Amino acid sequence: MTLQETPVLRVQGLTVRYGDGCPHCQDHLEKNRCTVCGTVWAANNLSLEVYPGEVLGIVGESGSGKSTLMQSLYFDLEPTDGTAYLQNYGDGKRNIWEASAAEKRHIKNTIMGMVYQNPIRGLRMDYSAASNIAEKIIAAGSRNAGQMTERAKELLEAVEILTSRMSEAPKNFSGGMQQRVQISKALANNPALLLLDEVTTGLDLSVQAKVLDLIRKIKAKYGISILLVSHDLAVIRMLADRTIVMLDGKIIESGLTDQILEDPQHAYTQQLVHSLL
Amino acid sequence: MEILSIQNLSKEFYLHNADKHIHSCQDISLDLREGEFVGIVGLSGAGKSTILKCIHRTYLTTRGHIYYNSVAFGRIDLTTASEREILYLRKNEIGYVSQFLHVMPRTTAKEHVMNALLESGSGIQEAQEKAEDMLRYFRLPENLWDIYPNTFSGGERLRLNLAHTMVKQPRFMLLDEPTASLDNKTKVLVKDMLIRLKKKGKSMIGIFHDLEFMDGLCDKVFNISEGTLV
Repeated sequence: MTLQETPVLRVQGLTVRYGDGCPHCQDHLEKNRCTVCGTVWAANNLSLEVYPGEVLGIVGESGSGKSTLMQSLYFDLEPTDGTAYLQNYGDGKRNIWEASAAEKRHIKNTIMGMVYQNPIRGLRMDYSAASNIAEKIIAAGSRNAGQMTERAKELLEAVEILTSRMSEAPKNFSGGMQQRVQISKALANNPALLLLDEVTTGLDLSVQAKVLDLIRKIKAKYGISILLVSHDLAVIRMLADRTIVMLDGKIIESGLTDQILEDPQHAYTQQLVHSLL
Repeated sequence: MEILSIQNLSKEFYLHNADKHIHSCQDISLDLREGEFVGIVGLSGAGKSTILKCIHRTYLTTRGHIYYNSVAFGRIDLTTASEREILYLRKNEIGYVSQFLHVMPRTTAKEHVMNALLESGSGIQEAQEKAEDMLRYFRLPENLWDIYPNTFSGGERLRLNLAHTMVKQPRFMLLDEPTASLDNKTKVLVKDMLIRLKKKGKSMIGIFHDLEFMDGLCDKVFNISEGTLV
């Protein structure tokens, strides 16, 4: 018997290219740039699967394509090529990148949640914390103000933001608090998949620990699947079940997280692991 | 019935920066029957932990097979099983006690033990009761239960690690020097627990330096020297 599981997300051959490309591209890449035609391959034929309730970690240096992958999934970038299927969209049989604009909005508001490295991208800084959450709930079709307030309270409590501050704008919050408001906003409609893009980068250690703890609790409480991008191997070690290593727009290695950290196979992964403090 | 059959296991590491192959263990074969306790002894660096880590799939096997008789999957080769299958087995059937404690930040000792049960689907009440029983058994003082373990001594950390793995009572356990840095009293507790689990039909492979500890516990003992069975 084998394990029969349907992935929450299945990506096949994701490619994001800046430039027209040429027949020599794949054989003449210097890092991720073709030396013949100058085309940059930000994501080069990426395939991956995320399963129910798991955290899939993605590590790699700046420019390796991690954020390109996340932004493509959240429709912030249009891929040049590839397909992506979500279990909760079209019975997992319709490519989300071919969805209509309205369907894409529906996916963003109900099936996926995104937390950006920079909270400015994910929050309306002048709106109150509660309004940020309400905006997401309204986008999913709800119009009941009482329910929205209750949900905002519940979510802000879950991320340890005092409900007495729910009427304040995130611009008055610390970086860690803004990140937690972003997480609560991303969770507003109980998404099946949470995309976390470098969510602890730039936070001091104690705040980082708080955010990591929060992510662990969210995973345990909601059974949500998480795609977690980080360049910090310590973060990946704590949270990820499986890990993918990216370099120059390509996936160069993948495996169980402890195996990637203790028995890395690729030269770059070995270098990365040996640099771990 | 065999629960584990290791056939001609070899593991070598290739270090790219030094362009070197390191042979850690070679051509290891051993069998473990259900309910048996196998001890592995040998000098430091002989390759003992490598065998356990290959079984746990923390290391990728270079050559050979590790067949495990799983409740969920039947006979499965752990060297080629999918990552999701390995994760399932780790959660539900195979436990591993290492010498090192990895705890999430802001997780107390009791929560750490409870999490082992909650991950496998236990309710909070049950997890709490079993975690407290286990911490009490391993004599971790009650005033430490709600403390973050990064302040613990080596012995306290190891006892917490043992409680974390044994609270689930997995059917097959890998014990990587579980008695290192423990005082004699606690060693006796660990041994008693292992004997109790063995009586319940649990199967175990353990690495020990302490030959006296293994007396009356192991059904078979393998000696590893320079990566091979002797």
